[in-house]
Amino acid sequence: MPPLRVSIWRGRLEGGFVDYEVPRQPSQTVLDVVTHVQRHLEPALAYRYACRVGMCGSCAMSVNGVARWTCRTHVAKVADGDRLEIAPLANLPVVKDLVTDMREFFDKWARAKGQFKGDRTRSDDFARVDPASPQRRLADAGVECIGCGVCYASCDVVQWRPDFLGPAALNRAWTLVNDERDRAQPARLRAVAGDAGCHACHTQGSCVERCPKHIAPTAAIAGLKRVTARAAVRGELGDA
Amino acid sequence: MQAAAQARRWYRQRISAMVLAICVLVHLATIVYAVRSGLSGEALLARTRGNLAFAAFYAVFVLACAVHVPIGLARIAEEWLGVESRTADIAANLFALLLVVLGFTAVYAMLRG
Repeated sequence: MPPLRVSIWRGRLEGGFVDYEVPRQPSQTVLDVVTHVQRHLEPALAYRYACRVGMCGSCAMSVNGVARWTCRTHVAKVADGDRLEIAPLANLPVVKDLVTDMREFFDKWARAKGQFKGDRTRSDDFARVDPASPQRRLADAGVECIGCGVCYASCDVVQWRPDFLGPAALNRAWTLVNDERDRAQPARLRAVAGDAGCHACHTQGSCVERCPKHIAPTAAIAGLKRVTARAAVRGELGDA
Repeated sequence: MQAAAQARRWYRQRISAMVLAICVLVHLATIVYAVRSGLSGEALLARTRGNLAFAAFYAVFVLACAVHVPIGLARIAEEWLGVESRTADIAANLFALLLVVLGFTAVYAMLRG
């Protein structure tokens, strides 16, 4: 097989693509390619990964213009002939090369009240949640998020409105809205409504298209719109 | 905008969209019928003149537009043109007022011929 011609972003805001030649391997992933470059061609290349098996959510990058989890993305599926262009995720500040600053992304989870707030103590019995209940099923649909940031990087609304909480944070909030043990609902609904929250979503569905875990944040956001509207009509959001 | 106000605004936009979906279908069916049967402007006006049902239908259509359109327009102005949110709301509401005036003028003309 001819070698891959790989262009990798080097630098921060100021920088450019640098070309490398990487040997092809069977079942080679994009992360394998980046690792080869760092181990053999450019030791100063900065990138981030941990588990290599699609669990930790740390290796997402923009591959040929599309945000992807690189450890589970096969080169054969995404290479344009023998060309691969690898850049840091969009919509996030670049720290160096392929490493982005994820602080804002995760701060928005906190701003969307993504923390579980229960009212049981360690001396109480376990809560028993019916796995077949509609609420539990809705929570199940979104609970496997690994926080990779692919949806956030693919979202046009995040680009237009930098204060938009984004698909992942809102999806997290939706799983908690459907958690019958949680006791922070009114505050959470207030946090996810409004210009920076679920109402900013245009339902374009790029997040659904790109999510490597096949989660549908757009559906979660639509759910939040319904629930917040109901709460607002009943006067439960407070600032009427 | 505050959370509750934004949530209620979304609700208004959704309800008005449902009304518009029906209105647009009826309106299109009416146009297709009128064009295919070769009715002239005169003949159309002769049929709509004094027809309160027609007038009521289009009055609802105009109102649904006036509720629905400014919400979307304000969004576009904010996100695509970078207009500040309050300014965008004011401009969009003025546009809604224009829609009401133009719409009801047309409804009145159709009713009185």
